[in-house]
Amino acid sequence: MAKELTDVLRDWEAVIGLEIHTEITAARTKMFCGCAVAFGGEPNTRVCPVCLGMPGALPVPNEAAVQWTVLAGLATGCAIAPWSQFHRKNYFYPDMPKDYQISQYDKPFCESGSVLIEVDEDGVAERVDRAQPDVADAGLQLAADGKTYATTIGITRIHLEEDTGKMVHLGGSEGRIAGAVNSLVDFNRAGTPLMELVSEPDLRTPEEARRFVQKLRLIWQAIGISDGNMEEGSMRVDANVSVRRRGEVEFGTKAELKNMNSFKALHDGLVYEIVRQAALLESGGRVVQETRHWDATKKVTSALRSKEEAHDYRYFPEPDMVPFEFSSEYVQRIRERLPELPDARRARYVRDWGLPTFDAAVLTADLELAAYFEEALELAGSRASELAAEVAKLLVNDLRAYLNAAGVGPVDSVVRPAGVVELVALVDGGTISGKQAKEVFAAMCGEAGASPAEIVEKRGMRQLSDTSQLATVIDGIVAAHPDKVEAYRGGKAGLIGFFVGQVMRETGGQANPQVVNELLQERLTP
Amino acid sequence: MAAFDFRPGALSAAELSAAVTAREISAREVALSALAAIEATDPALHAFNEVTPELALAAADALDARLAAGTTTATAPPGPLTGVPVAFKDNMNLIGTHTTCSSRMLQSYQSTYDCTAVRRLLDAGTIPLGKLNMDEFAFGSSTESSAFGPTHNPWDTDRVPGGSSGGSAAAVAAGMATITLGSDTGGSIRQPGSFTGTVALKPTYGRVSRYGCVAFASSLDQIGPFAHTVRDAALALAAICGQDPMDATSVSRPETETQAFLAATDPAARDLDDVTGLRVAIATDLLESDGLDPRIRADVLAQAETLADRGADLIEVTLPSTEYGLSAYYIVGPAEASSNLARFDGIRYGLRVSDPEPTDVMDLYLRSRAAGFGAESIRRIMIGTYALSAGYYDAYYGQAQKARTVIKQDFARVFAQADVLLTPTSPTTAFRLGEKASDPLAMYLSDIYTIPVNLVGTAGLSLPTGLIDGLPTSVQLISDYFNEAAIFRAATTLERAVQFPRNDVPCGV
Repeated sequence: MAKELTDVLRDWEAVIGLEIHTEITAARTKMFCGCAVAFGGEPNTRVCPVCLGMPGALPVPNEAAVQWTVLAGLATGCAIAPWSQFHRKNYFYPDMPKDYQISQYDKPFCESGSVLIEVDEDGVAERVDRAQPDVADAGLQLAADGKTYATTIGITRIHLEEDTGKMVHLGGSEGRIAGAVNSLVDFNRAGTPLMELVSEPDLRTPEEARRFVQKLRLIWQAIGISDGNMEEGSMRVDANVSVRRRGEVEFGTKAELKNMNSFKALHDGLVYEIVRQAALLESGGRVVQETRHWDATKKVTSALRSKEEAHDYRYFPEPDMVPFEFSSEYVQRIRERLPELPDARRARYVRDWGLPTFDAAVLTADLELAAYFEEALELAGSRASELAAEVAKLLVNDLRAYLNAAGVGPVDSVVRPAGVVELVALVDGGTISGKQAKEVFAAMCGEAGASPAEIVEKRGMRQLSDTSQLATVIDGIVAAHPDKVEAYRGGKAGLIGFFVGQVMRETGGQANPQVVNELLQERLTP
Repeated sequence: MAAFDFRPGALSAAELSAAVTAREISAREVALSALAAIEATDPALHAFNEVTPELALAAADALDARLAAGTTTATAPPGPLTGVPVAFKDNMNLIGTHTTCSSRMLQSYQSTYDCTAVRRLLDAGTIPLGKLNMDEFAFGSSTESSAFGPTHNPWDTDRVPGGSSGGSAAAVAAGMATITLGSDTGGSIRQPGSFTGTVALKPTYGRVSRYGCVAFASSLDQIGPFAHTVRDAALALAAICGQDPMDATSVSRPETETQAFLAATDPAARDLDDVTGLRVAIATDLLESDGLDPRIRADVLAQAETLADRGADLIEVTLPSTEYGLSAYYIVGPAEASSNLARFDGIRYGLRVSDPEPTDVMDLYLRSRAAGFGAESIRRIMIGTYALSAGYYDAYYGQAQKARTVIKQDFARVFAQADVLLTPTSPTTAFRLGEKASDPLAMYLSDIYTIPVNLVGTAGLSLPTGLIDGLPTSVQLISDYFNEAAIFRAATTLERAVQFPRNDVPCGV
């Protein structure tokens, strides 16, 4: 690639809108029949006449999936349609048992929502116009230190549909049906409730797109609708992307990007496509409206054959179902199921526990970590308020570092919330120093169920705070270094460090530095 | 020779079940007799696509065993349909049978599950005889578009039995089955009922589950019975109606409605010759249409007078918007059909043309569908696809739905002042085989009186009232939504007045 993304984005503005499909795994059964929803399994074992499209079979909507979709809409600030219906989307493909997909068209369940995203680190650099006043006017909030920014991304609609089956193409190239010698189809996935969210074209950088999807996944996990696993396909992202010269108002011609099966693939695919389109336009070419396939191995996008996407879907209202009417009472009942959402939880951590914004953000960006934190505070009981900030700090730094290294989630951590609270309390009570705490934590990581107090005891790490004991040590040191005492008293205040060091050496590093300091000051003052 | 007298009309379902329940005859005797009747008569008629002696005898023997053991419960027979031989249009699934829709496309398709209405009728203690011929995928009004050859009218084998449920109509008329089920999308139960002199009911949309009946037009299709008598039709409806968790458009209705339509046909519940206070509407404009046989027009007016004689109040109404019915129907029906029939693609089941090897999946689709569907199916799929295409949707499908709304308003106006609407069922008696086969428009016109009922979604029953030149003619009684009781009340009274000569059928057992 000739140019770096940030170079390209100086002259060009990318306009990105996402279509995000989420399997409602929480619904447990398929969208229009009673078959179980699960990942994998022997091919064509979770099927019935309805999801196989047998002659005469009829779809019956899964009420739970409808409620989950309404809940997702409420969690993302959408308006819930008072009246809605399914449509048929007609096209022939072997992974579609009925050769039409039951979806929604002009009457989706949810419309006009938004979510707030935050961008930090490298993502800030991608937003080359971040400091310009018109961007602030458009809602981009750049932090005072310039290291992070937040912006609101609009949600056009959320609708509900059924998933297709899965195909495996043998022979031919790139796993596509064109040119394949044999194609196999597995209908286990066919009919899985699939929620499609369409964003406004509000995203301007690949990092914003990634943050947006991550934020949605977090919200989906928080409300419990889906595990949001991109690799297993329970969350799938297509991107519409175009570029225009900075200052242009009209959108450029877009390409639709598919097959981005991870957050990294989403980011990398968008980077590639933005650079490709800009280079094409700069060299006098033009962008063709087409569907392009991201190849994560070759790291390129390539066009699908246009024949594979030329469709007139002939949408019409699904006659096998009656329309949905959502009364305000119905919507209210579902609203009552909304748990505390990540943004609200973060604000609460800052407000109620006095956490730094950064720590609160880190904790609430991971549902398990937040639950871990809250379990720890629960165990801390009446001391929760005084220990909260230190517990948070330990989770954000030490625990996360351990979890990353061990490759496990908070739920599977060897170090449990009870141990964390105990450890923080030991530091807070002066039993051990913060530095010692690091060592104890490392020991806790090595042994399931290890108690910090026992580790401290076993290793003789108990911090020496007994003033009479320390006074004896200090007396000895003072007696041994009369010249240094003289110099100190003569104004060389820096020598205090020497004395502290001597005490530490004498006590094997166990002396409480604060107490030592106080005693030394007292003793050395003439 | 059959073990007992099973000529058409010799016994109604009600009488037959009483005899079986009292063990005057065994269910096995009934089954054998019916199978013998089919063997004797069906070669001349071709009402059956498939006869199922094993299913019939197994059901009969199980029933006899239960009757012998005296194990009767609230949910198990004997009930009023115990031991009644029945058969099903070949678009209704029943495990152990093929469900072909009279199409090459599904010629070898074997059902993997049971249609709800079929299951319910069988659970009432009936004996399944087999599957009945029909127009291919129910596209037609003569049963001539069947890929397996037409069904002949028992009253004149040179004539059609009507359609698309022609096999269901002919089987009852010829006495091969006591009750059959058909499906009605634009008149496919009522028109063949009229052509064959059988009582034929299209219930209110939502009254009977559509689950398991291969869809033609989902917003119009409804399953209903053919029977010798109005009482039998009511008993059959009582057996098959009711909400079904497998059909989201089926409706839960109070049990009192079933009691009411059964009572309307029950001599113990009312004076069957008295319809005092029943408000009967005559649509004067419908009786002026060009294609209506004047003798049928006269018959409808005569039946109105009969009802008036029995105490009914006659009301003259007009239904000006029904002239849009045919046009709207031939948009909505094919549009939904084009989508419903998409699944017949040669991928999972049904006909697959793969010799020589298809070049790609599109080639497989095109060749399988071209070979699997007959001319009328292809015509309707093409019309429907066109009507739903981008740029045409509003002009066709959107406009047709608006017409549907206007016709509904017309009907609402009528039923605000009347209990039943009396019309012809068909503008003519049965036409000759081949007479309209090459003229789709003439064929479509034979449903002008029945189509509006499907577009509106109310109920309609065709009642045979006499013979014209030796061929049956009928009137249609239409009610408001879920008011089949009013239809049954009027129909029972008329049935007793006209005494239709159903045993005079020339080609019957």
